[in-house]
Amino acid sequence: MVENDAYALLAVFLIPLGTAVLLMLVPSRERSLIIAVTAASSLAMFAVSLYVFLAYDFNGDQFQGVKAWSYMNDIGLLGEEGIQLKVGVDGIAAAMVLLTGIVIVPGTWVSWKIQDRMKDFFILLYILTAGVFGTFVMLDMFLWFLLYETALLPMYLLIAVWGSTRKEYGAMKLMMMLLAGSILIFTAIFAIYTEAGLGSFDLVDLYAVDFDEDFQKLYFPLVAVGCGILAAMFPFHSWSPDGHASAPTAVSMLHAGVLMKLGAFGIIRLGFQMMPEGGEFWAPALIVLGITAALYGAVSALRQDDMKLMTGFSSVSHMGYVMVGLGTMNVIGWTGAVLQMFAHGIMTALFFLLIGAMYDQAHNRDIPNFSGMAKQMPIWTVFFVIAGLASLGLPGMSGFVAEVHIFIGAFRAYPVVGGLAVLTAAITATYLLRMFSQAFFGEFNPRWSELKEITYAERAGATVLAGTILFLGLWPSPWVDRIATTIETTIPGVTL
Amino acid sequence: MTDILGNDLNLQYELLGPEIAVAVTAMLVLFADAFRKELNLGRFALPALSVVGLVIALILSALWIDENEDFARLVQVDNFTTFFRILFAAVTIVVIVGSHEYVSKHVSHVGEFYSLLLFSTAGAMLMAGARDLLTAYLAIEVMSFSLYILVSQTRNDTRGGEASLKYVLLGGVASAMLLYGLSFIYGVAGSTQYSEIAAGLANGTSDVELPLLLGLALVVAGLGFKASAVPFHMWTPDAYEGAPIPITAYLSATSKAATFALLLRWFAGPLLPAIDDWQWMVSAIAVATMVVGNLVALQQTNIKRLLAYSSIGQVGFMLMAITAISDETGSALLLHLTGYVITNLALFMAVVAFYNRTGTEEIADFRGLAQTNPYLALVITVGLFSLAGMPLLAGFLTKFILFQSVVSAGFTWLVVIALVASTVSLYYYLQVIRHMYLYEPEGDTSRWRLTPTGYLATGALFIGVVWVGIYATPFYTVADRAIAPLFA
Repeated sequence: MVENDAYALLAVFLIPLGTAVLLMLVPSRERSLIIAVTAASSLAMFAVSLYVFLAYDFNGDQFQGVKAWSYMNDIGLLGEEGIQLKVGVDGIAAAMVLLTGIVIVPGTWVSWKIQDRMKDFFILLYILTAGVFGTFVMLDMFLWFLLYETALLPMYLLIAVWGSTRKEYGAMKLMMMLLAGSILIFTAIFAIYTEAGLGSFDLVDLYAVDFDEDFQKLYFPLVAVGCGILAAMFPFHSWSPDGHASAPTAVSMLHAGVLMKLGAFGIIRLGFQMMPEGGEFWAPALIVLGITAALYGAVSALRQDDMKLMTGFSSVSHMGYVMVGLGTMNVIGWTGAVLQMFAHGIMTALFFLLIGAMYDQAHNRDIPNFSGMAKQMPIWTVFFVIAGLASLGLPGMSGFVAEVHIFIGAFRAYPVVGGLAVLTAAITATYLLRMFSQAFFGEFNPRWSELKEITYAERAGATVLAGTILFLGLWPSPWVDRIATTIETTIPGVTL
Repeated sequence: MTDILGNDLNLQYELLGPEIAVAVTAMLVLFADAFRKELNLGRFALPALSVVGLVIALILSALWIDENEDFARLVQVDNFTTFFRILFAAVTIVVIVGSHEYVSKHVSHVGEFYSLLLFSTAGAMLMAGARDLLTAYLAIEVMSFSLYILVSQTRNDTRGGEASLKYVLLGGVASAMLLYGLSFIYGVAGSTQYSEIAAGLANGTSDVELPLLLGLALVVAGLGFKASAVPFHMWTPDAYEGAPIPITAYLSATSKAATFALLLRWFAGPLLPAIDDWQWMVSAIAVATMVVGNLVALQQTNIKRLLAYSSIGQVGFMLMAITAISDETGSALLLHLTGYVITNLALFMAVVAFYNRTGTEEIADFRGLAQTNPYLALVITVGLFSLAGMPLLAGFLTKFILFQSVVSAGFTWLVVIALVASTVSLYYYLQVIRHMYLYEPEGDTSRWRLTPTGYLATGALFIGVVWVGIYATPFYTVADRAIAPLFA
């Protein structure tokens, strides 16, 4: 990356923010104008995020495209550098930026169906997106956290106004649990700033500080649990299936696809990179919680009838893998964890897109109510099967690449955990194949003969996501190169 | 000129320019009201006159930026005083602009209303500037007496009278406690001058430990009442509920900020040597205030009562900064106070506009506001989210800086309690937002608009909330310069 690529990083979160402000000025009855603006904006985000990913040079520095603008310094408790608007990405962040850029495109397209207050929906959705992008590219702890919280803020209204089923309950539960997590992150950030005594929130400077070991052991769990709540870490996952089930399609897509990764990303940024010794000390706990979530999520998914709840528990299970990968403390496990963040993001977005497309017509998503859907909606079924196969880790799909890394890493660190992880994959196959056989095949239920095939916008969006799944599954090296080098050279405490 | 002790006195009356301007305007308003018919005044005359006087006071205050002089050893005009003078003048201007329609409809004595509001503002300004205990006490009383009357000014609403009676009785007791406490301090330190009290207390107080402790306890209780800190907060919900809404806004902004100006002056100056004797009291009150304020707010159904308890909770956060007093926490407190005042005024001005239209203040009546007036719903949402400390809005940044400074001063446990309380607060703020956005409007579902001045006041405050939230550097710089003279 060249130095001027900092402007691309700036653009990546200013585009959605700017779009949100722009949309406020558009009258809400101008639907076609809103659609045009959001179409342009989503494609711009995709283009810039793809550029960021490709421009990241895995032979170069750890953080690339670094540039700082002064924001607040030499006042009160802030020192010379104080709070800066400082952007920059490493290989992990570059992959996450691309993930967000890919998911927001179909997320935008499927939302054009919304009839009720579409403009307000997009304003909130794009503020959320700006927060997500901003968190991935920001290298200042204060602004990092500000944008992290910005990504959570619109969730309440997005779910409570445009959601379905138990939307008020889901929204409130999600909000209160995530903000409870923020209490822990706040505390850790205050403590880190005070302990470092630099008078600066610059993440790169803070990484260079050698924190006392006891301090690290005390504050690492705060970050891990605080961010872990957003990553649906067991036992703080219970907001996630409810939240996903009640959220509108695009929000489920972004939330399960991207926002949950923000939690795992926070554990890396503020946890492992800031307090490596604390991370090493607590890594076994992370593994235990991770594998518990993976198993528990998979077993719970087995029992769900609601497709969205099933996918929600499946997300808990897959995010459990991420924790296992991080807990292995070896490069291959970590690479698998980050790959899983990416792969799960794409795959789960595809799931939610398809379930949403179905629910909008049928107003029902209970698996036992459906059968033989492959006859009525063949295209929908094909996409669903692709997502499902990626989810259960079929070779050639994105999920396989990620999971195989995690399994190898886990076998190296703790063979028992590796065994349990493989068992989880088997359970995943069971619940997905059960759903396939019940809902897609068998005798067609004539109750659904009114259902139409998914719209072209949905097909296009699903193609983008399914294409990414196959791309990553068949040619993973663009991802692996960037991620593995970053981890190998820059994450302290992670061994080969 | 010299006083009886032989000290030279500086009697430059320009130093009191802003207070004099406000007080003179207050009297002009009274006269203009008395001769309203003869002078043939329209309904905009009194608010316009008041605003002109306040603008003059604002300009006169700005003349003293970066000066540091005292008036007759009674009032210190430094950046700290200037900061609060400008803040108070601005608050009163916003309150008058945002609510003149409400005042002409729902207030019983319009002339007295504006005049007392101005007297109260002058008192608040003097509170920030005082450098002598008795001057400070008189300033408190000027502000409070005006407010006692103002609270009762609702027309056709008996709650005003009840609220005013409670407020005046409890306020009287608090004033008595404060004065008694001050007499102990005077006895221990041997002077009513701030600078000499500090010297007196620094000289050693081991033989007068008990009177000092008693004095401090009474002072903390008296000021705790003015700031509505728990357990001296009982009057707050009733006074907030019964008072005309502009006065509720004013109570939550100026009266609170003035009390914190006084707290900062006293605890960072004359009383700093006795920090071991009062720090534990203030921290205990801070904890009680943020916990009780936020928990009781959970069950409120009236928007004014909800905001009353929420403002009690906010006071708890601010008291943390007094506990951990230093120049860093001080400037963080001034920044937070600025953000809080802007946010609270935005909310109250929106509630005024809502009341003008609907005549109700029950939270349940905010149903469907997002459909009947999306702009107002947005302002209220932004205000509530800002109070809850959500990002991109004033509350996040100012709270972050405030909490960070308190942690840096070594009070991590206090901040953890504050964070939990702050998260609880989001729950009840969301209840209001829920009513506005999730439910269909009842009764009259037609769209409606605000008055032009309503748009002006809420719009300016809305921009202020977002501005502080996104780029607070100028505000923080000002706060930092304002706190400097206290720690020079």
